[in-house]
Amino acid sequence: MSALAKMASSRLFWPVVMLLVLFAINLVAFPGFFEITVRDGQLFGSLIDILRNGAPTLIIAVGMTLVIATRGIDLSVGAVAAISGAVACSIILGSPAPGSLATVAVAITVALLISLVLGVWNGFLVAALGIQPIIATLILMTAGRGVAMLITEGQILTVNSPPFKFLGSGFWFGIPVAVIIAAVVFGLAALVTRRTALGMFIESVGINPEASRQAGVRARGLLFAVYTFCALCAAIAGLILTANTAAADANNTGLFIELDAILAVVIGGTSLAGGRYSLVGTLVGALVIQTLVTTVYTVGIPPIATMVFKAAVVTIVCLLQSPTTAEALSGFRRRLAVRSGKGVAAS
Amino acid sequence: MEHPLADSMESTVTQQTEPAAPAQGSPPAAATAPAPVVEMRGISIGFPGVKALDGVDFRMFPGEVHSLMGENGAGKSTLIKALTGVYGIDAGTITLAGERVSFAGPAQAQAAGISTVYQEVNLLPNLSVAENIMLGREPRRFGGIDWRAMRRRSAELLAGLHLDIDPGSLLGDHSLAVQQLVAIARAIDVNAKVLILDEPTSSLDADEVAELFRVIRSLKDQGVAILFVSHFLDQVYEICDRLTVLRNGTLVGEYLVDELLRIDLVQKMIGKELTALDDLEHRAHAAVVDETDAATFVSATKLGRRGAIEPADLPIAVGEVVGLAGLLGSGRTELARLLGGIDRADTGELAIHGEHVRLRSPRQAISKRIAFSSENRRDEGIVGELTVRDNIVLALQADRGWFRPIPKKKQDELAQSYIQALNIRPGNPDALVRNLSGGNQQKVLLARWLAIAPRLLILDEPTRGIDIGAKAEIQKLVFNLAENGMSVLFISAELEEVLRLSHRVVVLRDRTVVADLENDGLTVDSLLALIADGRVASDDEALDERTPAVAVAAVGAGAGHAASAPPGHAASAPPTPTASTTEGDRS
Repeated sequence: MSALAKMASSRLFWPVVMLLVLFAINLVAFPGFFEITVRDGQLFGSLIDILRNGAPTLIIAVGMTLVIATRGIDLSVGAVAAISGAVACSIILGSPAPGSLATVAVAITVALLISLVLGVWNGFLVAALGIQPIIATLILMTAGRGVAMLITEGQILTVNSPPFKFLGSGFWFGIPVAVIIAAVVFGLAALVTRRTALGMFIESVGINPEASRQAGVRARGLLFAVYTFCALCAAIAGLILTANTAAADANNTGLFIELDAILAVVIGGTSLAGGRYSLVGTLVGALVIQTLVTTVYTVGIPPIATMVFKAAVVTIVCLLQSPTTAEALSGFRRRLAVRSGKGVAAS
Repeated sequence: MEHPLADSMESTVTQQTEPAAPAQGSPPAAATAPAPVVEMRGISIGFPGVKALDGVDFRMFPGEVHSLMGENGAGKSTLIKALTGVYGIDAGTITLAGERVSFAGPAQAQAAGISTVYQEVNLLPNLSVAENIMLGREPRRFGGIDWRAMRRRSAELLAGLHLDIDPGSLLGDHSLAVQQLVAIARAIDVNAKVLILDEPTSSLDADEVAELFRVIRSLKDQGVAILFVSHFLDQVYEICDRLTVLRNGTLVGEYLVDELLRIDLVQKMIGKELTALDDLEHRAHAAVVDETDAATFVSATKLGRRGAIEPADLPIAVGEVVGLAGLLGSGRTELARLLGGIDRADTGELAIHGEHVRLRSPRQAISKRIAFSSENRRDEGIVGELTVRDNIVLALQADRGWFRPIPKKKQDELAQSYIQALNIRPGNPDALVRNLSGGNQQKVLLARWLAIAPRLLILDEPTRGIDIGAKAEIQKLVFNLAENGMSVLFISAELEEVLRLSHRVVVLRDRTVVADLENDGLTVDSLLALIADGRVASDDEALDERTPAVAVAAVGAGAGHAASAPPGHAASAPPTPTASTTEGDRS
């Protein structure tokens, strides 16, 4: 009983409940939902689809979690994703051997390096110039799509490069490559921030920047690092998205993905006010969002109602997580406990 | 009437005590104003966990300038907010011009004739002077704004203040002082009976202050009651007729300015607190003898920062506790912040063991083993959402760098050992710091700084707002640390505490070091005299012979720097005669 109460008070409780409810709805609508089959040595099934399609959002959400923990926000991730896809595709298209591994390696490397520059730019605006993060990254959010458009010269660049396509739709040891990449990014971020003191510094700066400065934390360098890492995550996600369709579309690659990523972070229990963050929470949040999309298809909700459905679910999760609701619920639990305690005493 | 130290001072004090008795019940301005315009009785206001005001009486007469005095947290701003309707009162009555009132908000108070001009000018620099004066109550004509009437009315108001500026000019084009006067013009437009000026002079220079005072005097002649809040004693004594002193949310008394000596005022503001720690005092004084030839750890020479602290000298020896005494705004915190690397000095030099250093950030200070513990525990100290353990290891970890994490086991050992040594409660390293009491939060901060093994520990008001038990523990700790060779710079508004712990006391006044004294026979009263007047009472023989010279000097000097004092004094002197000649010319 107390174990359950402890679980219920955890920040992860409601997101996990939400995820399980969504799973249950899917199972009712589609009994084979949990089935995973092996075909040609590759895993297939609804859950695998959710993981694969959710990978780009999760990758960006990991970077976003760290940014949000510092009291910031990065609206430019969608644009950065578009730029990195555009850069990679234009390099592959411009090379004489688009199918060669070396070409793809160069394309990916250049795309990631450019994202580092973009991340440093965001970091510069926020950390060095002190511009509010929402404004600072809004600049790149709007300008970035334009830059991507210039790179693609207004065209949708379609590439025919098997090694590049492998990123988006390939399998490695039976597991989708995108899922492996997401797992690596997630694992590295968790390891680096929690095994070193980085995580504590990020939280400390997010909670009380001035106290952290006076304690000797290098807040400025930290912000640079966090925004750069977030842009790098966005670029990786952009490459996966672009490789999946084998086409770079400056207008639509990663469109609104910043909102999904922020949502995943918030659903995962990390406060937009900064401070304590939970990467596991973000993972659950990203899964909730992707499962939601899948649910829309399995349940057969008409496409026009999709956004409304998504909005309804998100509203419920946010309501459940709000401090006011939490207080009301804990009061309810206390009363319940008192009543049951009395019952025991009486009997 | 409390004056526990009266017998330690000589004949001067007995003279002082008499007129300082509360003037309550005998209206000083009785000849001109028989009834008070504002009368607040038994005002109490509580916030969760604190009683901000407890049964405070306060009154103001028409045509007088009244000052509200008290240190930080005394309840000055709470009382003003009660009068202006910002806060509701829990108990008590407010009477305005003979009628019981109860304001639901600042707008109602203003409509009733109570206007406030806040420290920061809350006006719109991108609008014209006239628009600013009339904002929200523009004269209307045919549903639109009557611009002509607006300009005329504001011109009248400005003329009433003898302020010769074009009402059509942009407010932002004028100096801060003029903007302040425009704010006053705006405030008196609503037929103010009471005008509240909250720290109006904090950003004005001497000429601008004179201009403001001229306006205040002319308003006073028109019968307006003016509440003038300032921490500059000189200004209070120049402009005010009467003052009310608050301390810790309670009324100390109401006095005529002419009849209250500064020394008594300061003492009433700071108050007394007797603790059972007298043994420390004797031990502290005993230690003075053997540290005379100790090496200087850190030495500041003409260290200063514009607008914060005039260039000051401050040597601190190894194992020495130096106390900084002075009122709020005297520069005591500002000087300490320069030493801690929190703010950058723009003049002067800092040397550690004779080696020149520049501190550009707290980080650099920490790497030199200088720790600064801020007086602002909540905003600059604790990281509330982190655990006790994280808060304790934060500075040490920051110094090591993020890539060399302190092993979990070591963190636990550190946290546990400080929790035990400092008696932090609850003794759970995983508790969130924001859930701890103020005293325990302060101990967590001390633990954070002790964990970096500082050689100089700067403690700015470490005992403020914490209970007496924790206070005693912290004082003991400071003493023991110094005995073990750590230098300590100790700041406290409580002079007893400063005297109890310090080997040397540096006194600041109006952003200047006015004295640097060995704590050898120093008394609270001699310190009060320095804080109040910047000079030592001539018949006070408790001080050694070099102090009067040093005390008068504008630039404070340590024992070895006495020779540099006269030039500094001379440099700061000229403005006064010049100012008086120009005034003479005018009149």
